[in-house]
Amino acid sequence: MNKLIKVVTKDSALVPFVAILLGLLVGAIIMLLGGYDPILAYRSLLETVFGNRYDFGETLTAITPVLFTGLAVAFAFRTGLFNIGAEGQYIMGMTGATVIGVTVHLPWYLHAPLAVIVGALVGGLWGMIAGYLKAARGVNEVITTIMLNWIALHLANYIVRRFLLEPGKGRSYMVDDTASATIDWLSRFMDDARMHWGTAFALLGVIFFYYFLWRTKQGFELRVVGSNPDAANYAGISVNKGVVKAMFISGALAGLAGVFQVLGVFHNQVISAGHTGHGFDGIAVALLGGNNPLGVLLGAILFGVLSYGAAGMSFGADVPPEIIRIVIGSVIFFVAAPGIIRWLLKRISGKKRKEEAI
Amino acid sequence: MEQAKTVVEMRNITKRFPGIVANDSVNFKLRKGEIHALLGENGAGKSTLMNVLFGLYQPEEGEIFVNGQQVVIDGPNKAIKLGIGMVHQHFKLVHPFTVTENIILGSEPRKWMGLAVDKKQAYEKVNQLSKQYGLNVDPYAKIDEISVGMQQRVEILKTLYRGADILIFDEPTAVLTPQEIGELLVIMRNLVGQGKSIVLITHKLKEIMAIADSVTIVRRGKVIDSLPVAGTNPNQLAEKMVGREVSLKLDKKVAVLGEPILEVDNLVVKGRQGLNALNGTSFVLRRGEILGIAGVEGNGQSELIEALTGLRPVSSGSIKVAGADVVGEKPRAISEAGISLIPEDRHKHGLVLDFPVRDNMVLETYYQPQFNKRGFLDYEAIGKHAERLVKDFDVRTPSVMTDARALSGGNQQKAIIAREVDKNPEVLIAAQPTRGLDVGAIEFIHKRLVEQRNMGKAVLLVSYELDEIMQLSDRIAVIYEGRIVGEVKPSETNDQELGLMMTDYKQKQGGAGNEQAD
Amino acid sequence: MDAATIGHMLNTAFVFSTALILAALGGILSERSGVVNIGLEGLMTAGAFAAAVAAYKAQEAGYGGASPWIGVIAGAIFGVLFALIHAVATITFRADQVVSGIVINFIAGGSTLYLVKLLFEGAGETTLVNEVFHKVKIPVLSDIPIIGDGLFNAYPTTYLAIILVGAIYYMLYRTAFGLRLRSVGEHPSAADTVGIKVLRMRYTAVLLSGVLAGIGGATIAMTTTGSFSHNTISGQGFIALAAVIFGKWNPLGAMGAALFFGFAQSINNVLQLFDFTSHIPSEFIYMLPYVLTILVLVGAVGRSRAPGALGEPYYQGKR
Repeated sequence: MNKLIKVVTKDSALVPFVAILLGLLVGAIIMLLGGYDPILAYRSLLETVFGNRYDFGETLTAITPVLFTGLAVAFAFRTGLFNIGAEGQYIMGMTGATVIGVTVHLPWYLHAPLAVIVGALVGGLWGMIAGYLKAARGVNEVITTIMLNWIALHLANYIVRRFLLEPGKGRSYMVDDTASATIDWLSRFMDDARMHWGTAFALLGVIFFYYFLWRTKQGFELRVVGSNPDAANYAGISVNKGVVKAMFISGALAGLAGVFQVLGVFHNQVISAGHTGHGFDGIAVALLGGNNPLGVLLGAILFGVLSYGAAGMSFGADVPPEIIRIVIGSVIFFVAAPGIIRWLLKRISGKKRKEEAI
Repeated sequence: MEQAKTVVEMRNITKRFPGIVANDSVNFKLRKGEIHALLGENGAGKSTLMNVLFGLYQPEEGEIFVNGQQVVIDGPNKAIKLGIGMVHQHFKLVHPFTVTENIILGSEPRKWMGLAVDKKQAYEKVNQLSKQYGLNVDPYAKIDEISVGMQQRVEILKTLYRGADILIFDEPTAVLTPQEIGELLVIMRNLVGQGKSIVLITHKLKEIMAIADSVTIVRRGKVIDSLPVAGTNPNQLAEKMVGREVSLKLDKKVAVLGEPILEVDNLVVKGRQGLNALNGTSFVLRRGEILGIAGVEGNGQSELIEALTGLRPVSSGSIKVAGADVVGEKPRAISEAGISLIPEDRHKHGLVLDFPVRDNMVLETYYQPQFNKRGFLDYEAIGKHAERLVKDFDVRTPSVMTDARALSGGNQQKAIIAREVDKNPEVLIAAQPTRGLDVGAIEFIHKRLVEQRNMGKAVLLVSYELDEIMQLSDRIAVIYEGRIVGEVKPSETNDQELGLMMTDYKQKQGGAGNEQAD
Repeated sequence: MDAATIGHMLNTAFVFSTALILAALGGILSERSGVVNIGLEGLMTAGAFAAAVAAYKAQEAGYGGASPWIGVIAGAIFGVLFALIHAVATITFRADQVVSGIVINFIAGGSTLYLVKLLFEGAGETTLVNEVFHKVKIPVLSDIPIIGDGLFNAYPTTYLAIILVGAIYYMLYRTAFGLRLRSVGEHPSAADTVGIKVLRMRYTAVLLSGVLAGIGGATIAMTTTGSFSHNTISGQGFIALAAVIFGKWNPLGAMGAALFFGFAQSINNVLQLFDFTSHIPSEFIYMLPYVLTILVLVGAVGRSRAPGALGEPYYQGKR
């Protein structure tokens, strides 16, 4: 048992797994308290996701935005920045793509790429604002990005309402077919699930993440800035430039999430009352994945599965889908406080070891 | 010494941390009215022992007796009740608070049925204590506005306010000028004269000889010896402290000076808060010499180093390396022009602790072609480079992939020196290069610096340790309030004279005047 | 613009900022002790939910005019419960404080909506409560032109908030407890060595922030909406956080900031009434508090001075 505890409590890949189990357990308990059947609920969830082609395809589509935002947040973390603004960058990226998709008319080989590029750029620029403020004025990025999230929401709504609104509807015009990123043949194959190129791009993002940060000079610089900005200064690396660069890339990644939601899934942008939550989910995914590319990928898969399956849970077991928010929150909670897991395991094993003095 | 009664006795104290026995069956006796020095290298266990006495740590084994009674000290509160007070090395002062607020924190005088703090009473009490012990503090001043010396006196007052009779001073002179050290010794004699007993934790032999009545030497967690100071001398103490013969003098050939390689002329540099940190600093450094910059911390040394390395903008003046002015250049360009730096704070500025040694070795050179292949970093080349440096500079590490954090302080410093020397600089700036290191590492580093100088390099040594400056330098320049106020040769001066120059240059008499470079 | 309109604007500002002031006070206490509290939004959500449900039940049970007060108390309790999670995670288990705050927002949001569906048969909103707070005029003072209607004709919770501002200001700067609290947030090690129990102080501060933010959320449910749904609390917690920073972690400063934001909000309502200003897109007005916060952080305040040890978990026994 002792050995098991040692293995499980090392800061290794096992902590996230235990955290996930505990999160699901918390969800189960809350369901029981509400008079629902957790086993039925979780089974419905899994059946929903893996039951048929359509649902499986849609699950992949649900994973995509969260993979992008997870990479975005993890990238920022690696550079020592807390990017809570993925929500806002997502919205701005989406808006940029919508604007190009609706107002500009070009052949497909120009239109879609342009929309993607513009969307990514806008998301990147939105992230850069917070980066610049931090670098130039020392303003803490946690606060600025939270503020920018809300500013983005209202700004996007304004742009849609004022310039892109289809009369009589609460949303923009549909994006031109030439700007669509949907993969028609694959969608047909998956029984009309909305498959799109974004999923492929997100996977490319994972590869980019690794290669950029660990194989290039710029990536090296960003990691140094993230780990010890003082040493970076002394080594001749510009911390300010690094912060701005990192927030741009991070914002672009989050922006791409929004870009493909509009170009690949919905083909329009609605006026929203609140945030979608993909940006915040990205934080969860990044934490779960330990801020490394493979971990983020796995974390995103988990979240996509949980989020998409929640609707099925509601259908099959009558459980309000908000439960999933609680499960997800609990999982992050346990990941963020691995000490709790260690503490629980020690209690279970009955051994009480002394707290380490150092 | 008369037989005074024992106020503190620690018997067979053993304190363990994971992987190390910090105190191993230690015995310690403090007599009333004495100043008892605890001597040992960094990490020997002297601070740990006193932390046990002050209740910050609990020992695994052993007993403590205070005034003859056995006690269990389970926390600082208990220690304070027993009359034990600690003046910490790193002050525990809340900077935005006033002197008085810091002193009364946790034992505030109250009014209005305890609802409010009686500030008036507090200020009066602090004033009274201050006068009684000759401590001279301003009760209304905020901590971030007063000098380091006064801050320390606030720490002392904290203990006296709580009625301490036994005072523990943890490395109190590390941050003081020679004058302030003198003042502190007077205060300590004062305290003892009023019946207090003092434990002085230190590794400075001269101070022990000057003030202590008895000394206990600790090495690697064990007590080596305990004896009256009157019967010993610095050499003997050093030997006991380190465990082998230590040469307190460095063997140095006479300097062979080359042409000037670094010329600093009338440098004006703004510091924090917009004031000038450097007010027209000028000096010349030649090949083949070690120039020591002596001065109290805070007189512009940090800003000078930052200006020389391009980390701080220069308002006016010039910095010429081999004749070329580098003012305004970016840090990387200056590094390539031949200035290397061993930074003062190795953890903050010198290394990325969470990176492996391998990456730290190319921290400043990763972009160079030899470390890159087809646009990506060539980790094979980087690894080989690191292995070579580790071998040549005797950096003890399990592998180059070990995180820098895992290395000892001495090895971390060696790694930094390896990296900087390998760049083959014209000018090597060493800032506080041996801070916090044990004697073995200090010897190694001093040897290396002299080696560089013998090879014809120029070394700029900035240090707050006068001994180090005196030992290593071929020439000493004293910096005061952002100017070089005097230049002397070590053989022609002494601590007193240097100390005077370091604090008020008006006081220096003739002799070493405001000499500029020849 | 006539006197009545100005008075009305002031009044709206005051009312809107009540919840902000309360939540900001909570944020100040928590952060002054060194614990970052991004979860104010979640705490307010919990408070609003609890108040709506408790007041409804109280009303059904015949408590009449006491119902909203019962709601407020319930709000405080629920605020404490969620704050306790944050406290345990960050203080005892030393989890990252920002992450924990975000988690609180998640969990509070999810669980309150879940419970609403549970308790109200699948509805998305609690049943409307009739017994809410009504404005109370302070005699004499409320007859003063302009500011009379603005300042002295408000909900009881608003007066409560103002009183609390004064009380907490006094507590922070005049009492021993306040001195110790601030020391824990600036230099916990210094506090520890004079015998102050750092962890216990932090727990107290965080739990108090739960009380205050919970009451803040309850205020919204018990005055403006009368119910709780998924957008009862949408952003007020973050504006409160902005007020804390804006006000430099000082109760009076935060109150000023909260009033300022309340003012910005009430401008929106008023601008809609006039022709020449009704063209200003309402989205820009919604953005205003957030933009202003950033501008202030960048410009006037620049690098504001947070409590010295804010965000750093404290390791007992580490010298």
